[in-house]
Amino acid sequence: MENLRFLIVEDSPTMRQLISFSLKRFKGCKIIEAVDGVDALKKLQAEEVDMILTDINMPVMDGLKLVTLVKSNPRLRDIPIVIITTEGAQEDREKGLQLGADAYVSKPIQSSGLLKIITEILEKEKPS
Amino acid sequence: MVEDQGDIFKKSQEFLELVNQQKDFIQEVLKENEKLRQLLAQARSQSHDDGSLVREEIEVLRKRIESLEKEKREFELRQQQVEEENKDFAQRYIEIEEQNNNLANLYVASYQLHSTLDFQEVLNIVVEIVINLIGAEVFSLMLLDEKSNELVVLGHEGYESDFKFPNLRIGDGIIGDVAKTGEPYYINQAGKNYEVDFEHPIACIPLKIKENVIGVINIHRLLVQKDAFTAVDYELFSMLAGHAATAIFSSRLYSQSERKLTTIQSFLDLLTTSQSQG
Repeated sequence: MENLRFLIVEDSPTMRQLISFSLKRFKGCKIIEAVDGVDALKKLQAEEVDMILTDINMPVMDGLKLVTLVKSNPRLRDIPIVIITTEGAQEDREKGLQLGADAYVSKPIQSSGLLKIITEILEKEKPS
Repeated sequence: MVEDQGDIFKKSQEFLELVNQQKDFIQEVLKENEKLRQLLAQARSQSHDDGSLVREEIEVLRKRIESLEKEKREFELRQQQVEEENKDFAQRYIEIEEQNNNLANLYVASYQLHSTLDFQEVLNIVVEIVINLIGAEVFSLMLLDEKSNELVVLGHEGYESDFKFPNLRIGDGIIGDVAKTGEPYYINQAGKNYEVDFEHPIACIPLKIKENVIGVINIHRLLVQKDAFTAVDYELFSMLAGHAATAIFSSRLYSQSERKLTTIQSFLDLLTTSQSQG
C-alpha cells in the first residue's frame, strides 16, 4: 500500500503529530491535518483522501457529527473512518460505529495497533 | 556264392557308410556340444559379471541413501534452528515496534513541549501529553509559588466542576513530599474507582530543573481503557520531569521578560515624551 492520503482530524497538535508519525510507515503517504470537523469538511472539498482518522471531542464540530456528515455525502461516504479518542466506554464505541465509522481506537494509541487496524480496513476496501 | 559275396560287400559298404555317417553325426554333435559348452561358459561368466555390477550399484545407492538421510537430518536440524531464530526475530520485532512507539511518543512529547515560549500553551501541551500519551483521566499540574512556597494548581483535567483545589505546602502529604524530595511516587495497581483525593494520588511526578523542583503532576485516575501504567509511562514521566520543567520555566521567564520589556519600553516612551515636551 503506497501513496495513501490520510486526513487526521484532531484538535491536539501532540496527537496530530503522533498519528502522523505512525502513518509515515506507509510509503509515500500524504497527510492532511484538520483541527476540527468543519476544518475537515473544508479539506475534504479540496482534497481526495483514502482514510479519515478523527477524534471525537473537538471544538466547533465534534467527530461524531463529522462521521454523520461524511457518511451522508454520496461523494464522501465510501471513505473509511477510524475514530481515535479517549472515550473508551462501550456505548461511545458503539455510537461511533453505528454512525458508520469503520473502527475505533482508544487513546493512548499504540502505533502498531493503529497501523494493523488501518491496514485491515484498506485491505478490505481494496477492489478485488 | 559270388552273388552272396557281392551282397555281403554291398552290405558291408552300406554298413561302413552308415558307420561313417554316424561318425560324422557324432562329430557334429560333439562340435555342437563344444559350442554349447562354450556358450554356457560364456553365459555363466557374463551372469557372474552382471551380479557383481548390480551388487556394486546397490552398494552405491545404499551409500547415497545414507548420505541423503544424513543430509535430511541436517536439514531438519537447521530447520529447527531457523524456526527458533524466526521466533526470536518475531519477538525482537515486537520489542523493536514497542520501542519505536515509545521513542515516537517521547519525541513528540519533547518536540511539542519545546515548540512554544507561550506559558499557557506549554501548560496546555503538558495536559495534552498526560491525557493522550499517558492516558490519564483525572489529573492536575501544580507549580511552586516561590513567594508563598506553596504548590498551586495551574492546569487540570477531569475534575468535577465544583472541585476545590487545595494549595499544598512543601513536605505536606504525598504530593508535598514529592515536591520536597524530588522523587516520583506511583501506585501501580490503581483501581478504576480510586477516589479523587489530593492526599492520595495514584502518581505524582516532580517537575525538576537539575535538583530544583518547580512543580508536580498529580494523577488521580487513568482512562477506563487503561488498567495500569506501562513501561513507556515511566519513561514519559521521567521525560516530563525534565523537559516539561524546563519548558514551563523558560516560557514563564520569557513571559516575565516580555512584561518587563513592555514596562521598560513604556517608561522609556514616557521619558522621551516628557523630555521632548520639556
